[in-house]
Amino acid sequence: MKFFWEARKVILLAVLIYLVLKAVFGFQLLSQYIEQITLFSFIVILTSLGLNVIYGYTGQFSLGHAAFYGIGAYVSAYLSKSLGVDGILGFMPVLFLSGVGAGLVGYLIGIPILRLRDDFLAIATLGFGTLVRVILDNSDRFSEVLGGSRGFVGIPRITNLELAFFVTVFLILVTRNIIFSRFGLFWRCVKNDELASQGIGINTSRMKLMAFSYGCFLAGIGGALYAHLYTFLHPSNFDILKSIDFLIIVIVGGMGSIVGTIYAGLIWVGFIEGLRIVLPAEMLDLRWVFIPLFLIALMMWRPYGLIRKGG
Amino acid sequence: METISYLLQQCVNGLQLGAVYALIALGYTMVYGVLRLINFAHGDIFMLGAFIAYYLISKFDIPIYLVFAITMVCTAAAGYIIEKVAYKPLRNAPRISLLITAVGVSLFLEYFLSLKFLFTANYIGFPRPFEVQVYDLSLFTVTNIQLIIFAVTAVSLVLLFLLIYKTKYGKAMRAVSYDQEVAALMGINIDATISLTFIVGAALAGVGGILYSIAYPQINVFMGIMPGIKSFIAAVLGGIGIIHGAVLGGLVIGMSEVFVSGFLSSTFRDGVIFIILFLVLLLKPSGIFGKRIEKV
Amino acid sequence: MKALAIEGLEKGFGGVRAVDGISFSVEEGETVGIIGPNGAGKTTVFNLITGFYRPDRGKILFYDKNIAHLPPHKLPRLGIARTFQNLRLFGKLTVFENVLSAVLVRGGYNLLSAVFRSTDYFVTESKAEEKARKLIEFFNLTGKEDQAAENLPYGEQRRLELARALALEPKLLLVDEPGAGMNPIEIQGLVQTMNEVKRRFSLTIVIIEHQMGLVMNISDKIVVMDFGEKIAEGTPEQVKKDKKVIEAYLGEEPL
Ligand SMILES: Nc1ncnc2c1ncn2[C@@H]1O[C@H](COP(=O)(O)OP(=O)(O)O)[C@@H](O)[C@H]1O
Ligand SMILES: [Mg+2]
Repeated sequence: MKFFWEARKVILLAVLIYLVLKAVFGFQLLSQYIEQITLFSFIVILTSLGLNVIYGYTGQFSLGHAAFYGIGAYVSAYLSKSLGVDGILGFMPVLFLSGVGAGLVGYLIGIPILRLRDDFLAIATLGFGTLVRVILDNSDRFSEVLGGSRGFVGIPRITNLELAFFVTVFLILVTRNIIFSRFGLFWRCVKNDELASQGIGINTSRMKLMAFSYGCFLAGIGGALYAHLYTFLHPSNFDILKSIDFLIIVIVGGMGSIVGTIYAGLIWVGFIEGLRIVLPAEMLDLRWVFIPLFLIALMMWRPYGLIRKGG
Repeated sequence: METISYLLQQCVNGLQLGAVYALIALGYTMVYGVLRLINFAHGDIFMLGAFIAYYLISKFDIPIYLVFAITMVCTAAAGYIIEKVAYKPLRNAPRISLLITAVGVSLFLEYFLSLKFLFTANYIGFPRPFEVQVYDLSLFTVTNIQLIIFAVTAVSLVLLFLLIYKTKYGKAMRAVSYDQEVAALMGINIDATISLTFIVGAALAGVGGILYSIAYPQINVFMGIMPGIKSFIAAVLGGIGIIHGAVLGGLVIGMSEVFVSGFLSSTFRDGVIFIILFLVLLLKPSGIFGKRIEKV
Repeated sequence: MKALAIEGLEKGFGGVRAVDGISFSVEEGETVGIIGPNGAGKTTVFNLITGFYRPDRGKILFYDKNIAHLPPHKLPRLGIARTFQNLRLFGKLTVFENVLSAVLVRGGYNLLSAVFRSTDYFVTESKAEEKARKLIEFFNLTGKEDQAAENLPYGEQRRLELARALALEPKLLLVDEPGAGMNPIEIQGLVQTMNEVKRRFSLTIVIIEHQMGLVMNISDKIVVMDFGEKIAEGTPEQVKKDKKVIEAYLGEEPL
């Protein structure tokens, strides 16, 4: 068990960063809003890392990642509300279960759809995302608390700096350890050439399922942290545009690069939320005119990554 | 008796929706044939068709056949430009890059056109060019709108099949679909053929946009998303790349949607279509008319 | 002892009878060459043995066990490894990773060991790395470990694919046209490598090859295929004189 020993440098760095953040927020050098989006950026990094495992490392294209983020958010909010959870300790099992829930849904949906390739997988995941959206919009039919298209209100605010930061750091380390192990290697083999992978004895369906459900697990954890940061959920937070957000972060950061995803997540959240401060509300809609153009430009010039080259 | 007449009525309504889906699905299937690309922006071309017709009808007093003609020319031009500007530079890129680009084009069209000085994001009432008339055929009723949809769809299909199976351009399209390299060796102009495919597909989507708006007269920049996805599913159901498959798929999807709304609840309409998609992908990914191919 | 026995194997694609009732067997330790004109069905036989295709009829016995309906990924575990006619390397992975992946497939630690970095993880990894390095050295690729496989020259890619296949420690190695696209000098090198492989690893080999020089040189026995059927079988000398074989090759390169 050399988990901590191997990661000592990263952990040291993380603790330093944490202390700086704690000081900055503690002395209220920055506004509440900045603190909020800082925590949000950790959540985005974690969730994007999930997509990077699925798409960047294993090559399974998904347009439905936000659905799993949403599943994690709704499951956690439902659990903590119905169990009356209000502290971090009680929240930990809820957090874990939300991740497992999203991962399990990913596993079950992955069994049929991961046999598909590229564009068909894209349509299937998009279809799944839309299906989840329809269900969330009508969720009040199953249980009044879920709120349907009015949104899920009154979730306890539990996500704080410690929780968001250390959960993210811990899961980044876990992800790194999987990536740099035989499993990560097999994922990359599958991405490179599925038939050759089978030819050397890799059970490709199992590896794809594993990557997909693990990626969904990370999204589920991200969603749970999100729900307990903003205390309000709406189905429109988990639609295709959100999936595109995560996709852009993965591509900007570099496919198959953990560090790239971290930078890209920070930059992306900073950029989008920065626009919110700089631009008047009615101009804000303009961003969805420019984001697609940016995406197209990426595809033409740097389809595998901007910050890191990716591959 | 009443159930039978209700059933027949639903069939007629399903055919109306299915005909429009078929028109859109054709564009998906043809483009997939020549480029192996799911052209996400195709649903937005359909939306564009609806808006162009809206302006033509409400701002100019021109006969309806001209509305169709001008709209088709405009959407065809849009399809042509999109291919040249966004897809052609990626001809040799991985398929996923092309797909992501198509998603980008689609989002761009929607959000750009939803700007305040353009179409806005609001729903707009579509001016019907004629009064609705209902003909009672005792067992069920038909409206003049439905008759027009059936007639226009039928004429479009006949023209399309003539183009594809009786002209050298159609032959070129089929050759490129079958094998691009061989087609190039045979001296077929690949670029021109791909352009033509986009032009024809977009023109059909334009027609679909008009017909849809006449039947459901509320238009909006995002109106192309769901019909687009459903038509693509229709194309997959019929066997992607197969022309008559797209027509049959469109009709089946339209029917299913109307039947689910009629017998279950309209909330689950979209859900059921995606369940159909999952079933097709699971049981026969190559679709109704597709052949199974083995790998290696 | 028979390492491989094929009995009445059939496979059709639509109207094409790609493999039409073929039977032959391979003794343990033997090297058998399969030759035949293009489209004769040779590669299809490999794809049937390795589970990429399901046979319409017939048996494939590997040490008396019928393997005809196993999925492809199960076969390396039983001891069958293959190369592909048109090279299937993991192009974006390094040379080292290409070989290492095959070593690590054969066994190792579980997910929890990987996540928490148990001793098992470190031991298995270092053993695997050592083994991969040895194979890379054997195939003369030392110094290129960190290059992306797709950037290697063609001949080296062929060697790398062999290294990857041997990393699986197979009992039976299936090689599909290793000499395709090589010049005579490269072929010479390949013959040498194949002979060294035979000497160093105790292997049963089935090799598909167009380059007669190569296949005649290293095979103990030759199976000749045409139109999905076996038209001749015997030692290289016998096959060279066979009428049917000469007919099938009429217009192709002289034997
Ligand atoms: N996946 C496939 N689908 C359809 N036909 C195939 C497939 N694989 C092989 N064939 C056909 O089977 C025949 C034998 O092919 P193959 O085994 O590759 O020949 P060889 O390796 O001897 O050159 C050829 O006619 C080929 O076209
Ligand atoms: Mg062959």
